[in-house]
Amino acid sequence: MSEKKNWPLWEIFIRSKNGLNHKHVGSLHAADAEMAIENARDVYTRRMEGISIWVVESEHITASSPNQSESLFDPANDKVYRHPTFYNLPDEVKHM
Amino acid sequence: MTLADAKYQYLLRMGDNALILGHRLSEWCGHGPILEQDIAITNIALDQVGQARSLLQYAAQLEGKGRTEDNLAYKRDVMEYRNVLLVEQPNENFAYTIVRQFLFDAFNFLLHKSLVNSKDEHLKAIAEKSLKEITYHLRYSSEWMIRLGDGTAESHQKIQTALDDLFIYTGELLTPDAVDQTIFEAGIGPDLTALQAPYQAKIDEILQQATLQKPEVKYMQSGGKDGRMHTEYLGYILAELQFVQRAYPNMEW
Repeated sequence: MSEKKNWPLWEIFIRSKNGLNHKHVGSLHAADAEMAIENARDVYTRRMEGISIWVVESEHITASSPNQSESLFDPANDKVYRHPTFYNLPDEVKHM
Repeated sequence: MTLADAKYQYLLRMGDNALILGHRLSEWCGHGPILEQDIAITNIALDQVGQARSLLQYAAQLEGKGRTEDNLAYKRDVMEYRNVLLVEQPNENFAYTIVRQFLFDAFNFLLHKSLVNSKDEHLKAIAEKSLKEITYHLRYSSEWMIRLGDGTAESHQKIQTALDDLFIYTGELLTPDAVDQTIFEAGIGPDLTALQAPYQAKIDEILQQATLQKPEVKYMQSGGKDGRMHTEYLGYILAELQFVQRAYPNMEW
């Protein structure tokens, strides 16, 4: 076990039912991966929220920087043609 | 001893074990070493209080004197309680709490694994529901035994001390008496002597991974489940557990 005073932080992902994706639900502290799963079970699935748990140590996640959000995301702003909204859908096609 | 008497005693023992250990764990609520463990311990406490309700409800029904599970929990005094001595031992620190839980879970798991084959349909149904919970309890306490034992020098020393102190209370768990024998012969519960080897094997397996030494005990404490005696701690537990019903009889929330 590490000599660090604080346990590392883990990001928790829960799949609520078969066929759905694992979704990020929050984070917690644990000494290792197995304990992170147990803690996640106790903290995030007490009310039948899930059927599967993924844990990832937070330091292994590489995140985009807020400073770069202009260059990363703003250019998509005026590209309306990327949305499939220019088709006429026949009435027979439902749930689109 | 009639079978009806034995069944009532057997249910009391199981119900009281769950109630008293659940109460002990609930004392951690708001005091856990970290938030995640506070929630984990409280979850187990709730599981056990839930099991206590089912078991004492059934005990009250078997007794047939119109009492309820609440009467049994709140209106019996120390010498009428039938829990084993192990579960009433104080929390002390996280190490004691984990050792007490592990030594009890390993027993409780084996007991419930047998009870799912009970000839008593009601007890069988309770055991099936509880076994899932107890399987997790045993996993939780085993993992912590290993982490604390094979952790730092300080955590190792603390959990070894707790193990040395609490091991003398494991004897009565699997030492059968007339009640256990009657229950076994009726096909309702297991032969406790047959669970002794698997129990020790589980303890040995986890202690080995945890790099802990099994204490050599020459004399085991007993007397809780047969009602001969309890340690001084049970009285304090009941004083807190029963205070409201004693001060305001039959009050409801």
